[in-house]
Amino acid sequence: MRHALHAEWTKLRSLASTPWLLLAAALLTIVVSAAAAAATRCPAGACADDPARISLTGIYLGQAVIAVLAVLAVSGEYGTGLIRLTLAATPRRLAVLAAKAIVVTGLTVPAAAAAAGASLLAGRLILPGHGIGPSHGYPALSFSDGPVLRAGLGSVLYLVLIALLSLGAATALRDAATAIGVVLGLLYLFPIIAAVGTATVSRHLEQIGPMTAGMAIVATTGLSSQPISPWAGIGVLAAWAGGALLLGGILLRLRDA
Amino acid sequence: MSAATLTPPRPGTACGHDGFARLLHAEWTKFRTVRGWVIAVIVAALVTMLLGVYAGARSQEGCPGGPCHYTIATGPGGEAVTDAYYLVHRPLAAHGTITVRVTSLATVIDSGLSPQGPSGTQPALVPWSKAGLIITAGPGQGAAYAAVMVTGAHGTRMQWNYAGDAPGLAGGVSAAAPRWLRLARAGDVITGSDSADGTSWATIAAVTLPGLAPTVQAGLFATSPGYTAPGSQQLTGGSSSGAPTDATAAFDRVSLRGGWPGSPWAGTPVNGGPTSISYPAGATAGYHQAGGTFTVTGSGDIAPGVTGATPADALLAGLFVGLIAVIVLGALFITAEYRRRLIRVTLAASPRRGRVLAAKAIVVGAVAFAAGLAGSAGAVLLGIPLLTGNGGAIYPASRLTDVRVIAGTAALVAVLAVFALGVGAILRHGAATVTVVITAVILPYLLAAGLPVLPAGAADWVLRITPAAGFAIRQVIPAYPQVAGSYTPSGDYFPLAPWAGLAVTCAWAAIALLLAAFLLRRRDA
Repeated sequence: MRHALHAEWTKLRSLASTPWLLLAAALLTIVVSAAAAAATRCPAGACADDPARISLTGIYLGQAVIAVLAVLAVSGEYGTGLIRLTLAATPRRLAVLAAKAIVVTGLTVPAAAAAAGASLLAGRLILPGHGIGPSHGYPALSFSDGPVLRAGLGSVLYLVLIALLSLGAATALRDAATAIGVVLGLLYLFPIIAAVGTATVSRHLEQIGPMTAGMAIVATTGLSSQPISPWAGIGVLAAWAGGALLLGGILLRLRDA
Repeated sequence: MSAATLTPPRPGTACGHDGFARLLHAEWTKFRTVRGWVIAVIVAALVTMLLGVYAGARSQEGCPGGPCHYTIATGPGGEAVTDAYYLVHRPLAAHGTITVRVTSLATVIDSGLSPQGPSGTQPALVPWSKAGLIITAGPGQGAAYAAVMVTGAHGTRMQWNYAGDAPGLAGGVSAAAPRWLRLARAGDVITGSDSADGTSWATIAAVTLPGLAPTVQAGLFATSPGYTAPGSQQLTGGSSSGAPTDATAAFDRVSLRGGWPGSPWAGTPVNGGPTSISYPAGATAGYHQAGGTFTVTGSGDIAPGVTGATPADALLAGLFVGLIAVIVLGALFITAEYRRRLIRVTLAASPRRGRVLAAKAIVVGAVAFAAGLAGSAGAVLLGIPLLTGNGGAIYPASRLTDVRVIAGTAALVAVLAVFALGVGAILRHGAATVTVVITAVILPYLLAAGLPVLPAGAADWVLRITPAAGFAIRQVIPAYPQVAGSYTPSGDYFPLAPWAGLAVTCAWAAIALLLAAFLLRRRDA
């Protein structure tokens, strides 16, 4: 396992695209978050905005880059045929998948932590000037506040689970473009499709959608109006990620590479 | 240019034309022989269609006990209208004039929803509250009319047949600054004028109401639409939103000239049933006459727009599922060639690289258009009868609008497939292309309209400049300036006109394709 882990780390680390993707994920998250915070206005001081949720808007974009990173960790090998060499070197295929999952997680965590931390900091600096701050009755965006800490750590966990979901989907689908299309479809389509259904159907769809449920973790106000509670929501996403890894693992064992 | 200056086509041109046809055929063969792609396109069309069917067949909200059977009032032009007001009227023959002075327009808003206290009313400025003179074909819903009126915050205006609107004197009305209004009928032509002093008159507009009956109803009216103060987040757009309000206007110095058959004044509440009119708690419609002074109280609106009807674009949510499949196809149509090194064979067989890209764009665009057309036509044409049979009401749009929504959606799918092809030719990497295109097309729509997490101003800008602007082609209900409401993307109101939005997406596709053609010539494959 150590051997497999070291091999996967070397492969992903030495790819030219890896540092760029991590940098892009963090920067895009921060830029979009700061832009959303700068665009928000609350003149009456009594709107239902959630400061943490606004400050973390960029995650909707950043997750796509993290998903690409995770998909390429698997599909890149299928694209070049390297996967045969990998599996010849490490015949225990599930160990390969586990090693990839650990390495991708290890790379995602610092990028996600930087993105979430800087986004919340940007929100903390920008939002009070736009009518959403401690002087307007909103909690300060500080990690000493329990829900804000949950939103900050939760968004790191969210991005890690997105990476694992993408890794599992890519292992199952093998082709990079198809895998990223399916992952982004799973993430982005649930809220759009939910709009078609009746209120009940729509609520259920938001409860089971990986993004709509998982992003409940960043909510700090108005929790009762959310379709799902923060930890239950991240649990739903974890189930998606676990299911994708399981499916990927089974197919990896059953199929010829 | 004369015929003599035309040079006959060289044989090479004909050969080249033939060459392009063969190129198209080659690209078509590449598409149709990949089974996964063909299946993906068929599934994309089917899913789009089936989600439309589901949206039509599902139980309609607000009607738990059975079908609602909304009646949608339509105006003389066939458009959906709101037609609710209080009318004090008497018959008018083919020629006649009515003049009146308005001395006050007071509006109250229902405060029952506020946490401060018990249900009641409080004074509020409702910008589109209206009171004045009206000549109408009758009290039936959607009747032809012309009216001259004072409004809460939009000055004196003349409005006719729901969509027509022309401004007169600016400023509000009060006892110190009354407004004189005059409406004159001469056959089918109705002229509205206003005056600040009753002596110097200005014509606001003269409009023709075709086929107006010889005897119509004319008189005084008051109405006030539901209203939500700006800045409040619950507003969703359209005329139905907001708390109930009513308007009370005081008129005096009523003078009639011309053909007014001798019936006395009568009061009629004009509305389409209990659901379409909502008064604040404790207030009722009515009028009161004392001496020469009339006091009229009414609520509602005389304007385009309607509540309770589903626009046809609500049946097209499945488009997004189909779009992802088509984007992946468009990206793979070029990036798969790079991955399999087939591009070298392709470019060796057809060295004029721009033409290869053009052939690919035509094939992928045509396939996407066909899939989009099948999906959107199926969703709308199957969904509408299911929805109406299910007790729902479809927003009455013109046939042209339906065609624009269906064909425009198919065109949007085709343009986005070409956009994905162009980005794919630039990036030469499948996963990167799919990510860039989906985050450039679907994500902006999701952030601005689907979830929505962006504030309205930012959402408008996102839907003006990103490739997601093209989704405007689906908008069925137009935004009317004379109807108060917050026309935000989350309420399916796009900042750009339908074709302008599609043009923005086309521009993105064209830029991507031109850059791709440039890079394809410059770079080694």
